[in-house]
Amino acid sequence: MKKDGANAISVSGLTKYYDGLAAVDSIDFEVKEGEVFGFLGPNGAGKTTTIRMLTGLSQPSDGTAQVLGYDIRTGITFAKREFGVVPEVSNLYDELTALENLVFMAQLYRIPGDQKIKRAEELLSTFGLSQRKDSRFSALSRGMKRALTIAAALLHKPRLLFLDEPTVGLDVVNARLLRSLIRELNHQGATIFLTTHYLEEADFLCDRIAILVRGSIVVLDTPDNLKQMVKWEPACEVRFIPMPEKAIIELGRQKGIHRIEKLGDNVRLYGESVPLLTEAIFNYGSQKELEIAFINSVRPTMEDAFVQLTGVNLEAMLVEKGGR
Amino acid sequence: MWKDNLRSIYYIALKDMRTYYLKAPAISWGIVFPVAWILAFYLRSPQDFKELVPGLIAMTILFSTTAMEAVVINLELRLGSLERLLLAPISLSAVLLGKIVGGVIFGFMMTAAITVSSVLVLGLQVNILHLVLILIPSLFVFSSLGALLCVLVKEVFEAQTLLNLPRFLMIFLCGVVYPVSAMPPVLKHLAYVLPLTYTVEGVQQSLGSVHSGNIIRDILVLLAFIPIFIFPAAKLLAKKFA
Repeated sequence: MKKDGANAISVSGLTKYYDGLAAVDSIDFEVKEGEVFGFLGPNGAGKTTTIRMLTGLSQPSDGTAQVLGYDIRTGITFAKREFGVVPEVSNLYDELTALENLVFMAQLYRIPGDQKIKRAEELLSTFGLSQRKDSRFSALSRGMKRALTIAAALLHKPRLLFLDEPTVGLDVVNARLLRSLIRELNHQGATIFLTTHYLEEADFLCDRIAILVRGSIVVLDTPDNLKQMVKWEPACEVRFIPMPEKAIIELGRQKGIHRIEKLGDNVRLYGESVPLLTEAIFNYGSQKELEIAFINSVRPTMEDAFVQLTGVNLEAMLVEKGGR
Repeated sequence: MWKDNLRSIYYIALKDMRTYYLKAPAISWGIVFPVAWILAFYLRSPQDFKELVPGLIAMTILFSTTAMEAVVINLELRLGSLERLLLAPISLSAVLLGKIVGGVIFGFMMTAAITVSSVLVLGLQVNILHLVLILIPSLFVFSSLGALLCVLVKEVFEAQTLLNLPRFLMIFLCGVVYPVSAMPPVLKHLAYVLPLTYTVEGVQQSLGSVHSGNIIRDILVLLAFIPIFIFPAAKLLAKKFA
């Protein structure tokens, strides 16, 4: 039932049909032990459907997958003992307190009697919720609810953690805290399978990213390699002190510069190469006796990579579930 | 594995008791409704009330167990917490049985309260062993029936509405208020297809209201109804998450 191997997840030809339509269409990928693997795609791409199949919540229509060496069709109950899942919705029990919720989940995960409360309190402390341990789940803020939902998935010290859109609906502070926590968990050895439609989040957290569009993986690589695949016109951004009013016109006459645009206090210059652009900027600065307050070569972002590699409209990507 | 499942059934039922027993739909359909019916029958005709007690105990089992199933299953379906249980390393059947046991315990508490009050107030003679042997399978049968119908819909109010169909059908056909023996042959045959008839007859015999009948048959038939409701409920729940 269990196969040994260095892959936390191996997926081959995994397919899921709903009403004859392929929500996930014959996808193949592997997630290595200790990796942060991102599943990126717009809403409806099939991310959550894939997680549901890998965690045993739904059965694949076709294909195979092993999670922690267990076949998802025959050994998922055993695999569940070793992985944790943070669903998109924080779905603990409103009527139970933070501590009671964790103790209940500990009971389901066979944590021995004397360790249940100890482990729950340990996690409450890790997530800064010790002061709220006797508060009902319904009385917690959205960020606290999210944190407690993640804590519930960590009770049994899983080797693999599935995170489905973990930062959706969180404010900036809580989203940042959560990202740091994901990093920390990974440093402690956990493999992370993360779905998100936030491009920067995937770029920041993931070792490798699979981009899923309409149920198919269109590309799978490291964030840097994905960005390098982008056809990109070399560009630099600069800010002079003071910034001359005619800077855009005058810089445009410099050798090697194709076009210029103003971005807030900076100007962005596009040209043949970054060295030529840099040379032009420094020449102009010394001619006009200007101080360079900021200069940076502009590299393609994950957004650029996503748009070019998938052809998906970025706005469609950024719309949250429910059309927000 | 089976030990894990048994342990989880207990923990789920315990959690449901703490979480849902005081929810409004459980109180209104599981407590207020049976009590109101019992009081209505008593006030209308106190002298004939003794004869109605077995039927009203059976009705209490029916309403309390099914009302609780609507709460423990449909609230969790709506909030997504049932998914959380299904992500734990236990079988889907164990999750469902945990939910059914939650309904059984609630039903038992309600039925025990009504039965003890009736026995004390009316001075009824009780065969406790027979009563327990008929009540336990009945609680499981109607809790399972509730689970079967509740997994078909998502919202609590939809479940309660759907449950009213078999509830009222059985109240009128199974001898709760009108004896099955006095019914036309067609309805009599129909009554013996419905599980509440066997509960009513079993409780009647336990309370000495009738001296004919076969309590062993009633218990066996009720036991047979349990898998008839549980297996399709498990299938439907699995299909819901397919």
